Amino acid sequence: MEANVGTRMGIFEISKYQLSRYNLLFCSKITKKKLKDLNEVDPELLQTFEKLGISLTEQKRLANVAVDAVFDSVSIGTTFQDELSQYGIIFSSISEAIHNSSSLIQKYLGSVVPIGDNYFSALNSAVFTDGSFCYIPEDTICPLDLSTYFRINDQNSGQFERTLVVAEKNSQVNYLEGCTAPQYDTNQLHAAIVELIAFENATIKYSTVQNWYSGNEYGKGGIYNFVTKRGLCAGTNSKISWTQVETGSAITWKYPSCILMGENSQGEFYSVALTNNYQQADTGTKMIHIGKNSRSRIISKGISAGKSKNSYRGFVNVLNKAYGTRNYSQCDSLLIGNQSNANTFPFISVQNSTTKIEHEASTSKIGEEQIFYFLQRGIEIEKAVELIISGFCREIFVELPLEFAAEADNLLTLKLEGSVG
Amino acid sequence: MNSNLPLLEVKNLNVSINENEILKDFNLTINKGEIHAIMGPNGSGKSTFSKVLAGHPAYSVLNGDIFFKGSSILELEPDQRSHLGIFLAFQYPIEIPGVSNEDFLRLAYNSKQKFYNNPEVDPIEFLTIIDEKLKLVNMSPLFLSRNVNEGFSGGEKKRNEILQMILLDSELAILDETDSGLDIDALKTISNGINNFMNPSKGILLITHYQRLLDYIKPTYVHVMQNGQIIKTGSSELARELEIKGYEWLQ
Repeated sequence: MEANVGTRMGIFEISKYQLSRYNLLFCSKITKKKLKDLNEVDPELLQTFEKLGISLTEQKRLANVAVDAVFDSVSIGTTFQDELSQYGIIFSSISEAIHNSSSLIQKYLGSVVPIGDNYFSALNSAVFTDGSFCYIPEDTICPLDLSTYFRINDQNSGQFERTLVVAEKNSQVNYLEGCTAPQYDTNQLHAAIVELIAFENATIKYSTVQNWYSGNEYGKGGIYNFVTKRGLCAGTNSKISWTQVETGSAITWKYPSCILMGENSQGEFYSVALTNNYQQADTGTKMIHIGKNSRSRIISKGISAGKSKNSYRGFVNVLNKAYGTRNYSQCDSLLIGNQSNANTFPFISVQNSTTKIEHEASTSKIGEEQIFYFLQRGIEIEKAVELIISGFCREIFVELPLEFAAEADNLLTLKLEGSVG
Repeated sequence: MNSNLPLLEVKNLNVSINENEILKDFNLTINKGEIHAIMGPNGSGKSTFSKVLAGHPAYSVLNGDIFFKGSSILELEPDQRSHLGIFLAFQYPIEIPGVSNEDFLRLAYNSKQKFYNNPEVDPIEFLTIIDEKLKLVNMSPLFLSRNVNEGFSGGEKKRNEILQMILLDSELAILDETDSGLDIDALKTISNGINNFMNPSKGILLITHYQRLLDYIKPTYVHVMQNGQIIKTGSSELARELEIKGYEWLQ
């Protein structure tokens, strides 16, 4: 059976793309028994964490980050649960949460992204194995940045993660999600769902660094990253902020969105998407303004190198009762070389006459003259490109937690190695 | 190295871009302690010559050679030429969004330190170094936190070029129309910076359209360029004469 994805994606209709889902193994567990100790973890995984500056060890405790490591869809180690539980915060795998906090899961899972929302949400909802759950009770500011690291390990294993973050009245949380994947030759599917719910005065900041395997330099292999991410600003003055750095995957379709239901609610989307070789990234956001005086801000930076295609696709939808709403969008593209491709597709629909919308877009090319200027000052070409790129992304990186920002900077440099010169 | 060798020796240089020959059998020698001014009508090849010296990749050298302190630099990359001591002050300095001037200057400084196996300086040490140089070009330290040349006025951009020249302390400075677009005060500041930089072990190549810069910086020689060649060489008097009579006088 083949699924025609394009017709299922509503306004985000993407060039028809056929995906045979029988080529994918739906769920793979590394072991039936849950690992009790971090010592039982594959040393290779720990090494990957280490390389990215992430460790599950005491260092992490000092760095004030709790980590829920998901390894082939099964949670292997959850730290800091005790510490967090003192505040009434729940941070665990979905599978645990189904047993321990079943009423919350029943109430909220699938409430922002319904099962039938799109083809991939249906697939995920049918077969998801595990993921992360985070619950911040009323009047609580989460004392640590919560972080989840994913990695695809087995060949041919599709990953169907499920993340649910609920922030009650007057609460705040920063959630970090980072992905790394080792090199594989066959295509793999990653169809995750992330749901965020923010009640009155609550703030959720969700940051992602995505570096799945992007295929080799001839475009063979790589991950298909088709993720549904959506946040609901349910209460007055609630705020959801998405920050993403997308560097991996053969194909990325991803539109972290905000439904701005509460009055004065705020949605933000900050994105850097980098593509090289034959990668394709089609990413952006949807801001649905329902509540009065809701505000949204979109800043998207696309960098395309090699023969890659990089598109921003956004939808700002202001409904008729959304009085006094505002949106600001800025989409910048940077081209490297002369075979890469950058596109911007902003959709704007406004049904209320009191709305203010601003949109800015720019496209530039890393020029010979810019590089020459650096070289003339004795700065080598790799360093020059690194500086130009990180300057281009500065506005986004300041939104990331400090350690993530440094990691993201390194990642971009690594991904562009040898593509300029 | 023999200290009597000329700083720069250009021999029978032919250069083209997109199959247009710009420099034709071009010759020039600059010794230590000399300031050379090149004047000439638009399109005569002055800027091309400056970029070729710095190693701009768009130009191809068809014939001839360029020697810097006795060795040919034709095969060297622009950053290597920079390390050896060639500095080009750009006619149109490039803007680099999101990169602070301070980071850029420190990186340039440390690249050179590294090349000569000297210890690289940390940001705090660098501030003391740059602070002193800023005074020479009359710039506020505030300007370090701004992005490289972004939103700079014409005068600020040119002063930034001179600041970099002083910081890197290169032996040969090529100034491509550094004086154009400057008001009289900025011109004085920049000239002071250049005179401060100059010493008997260095050389300067000034590319200019105007005599007024040469009132502040006294050239050893003035060359007139036309159609990719030097057609006349003289003392600073030549510049004054040109100012009155124009280039047509030479034809």
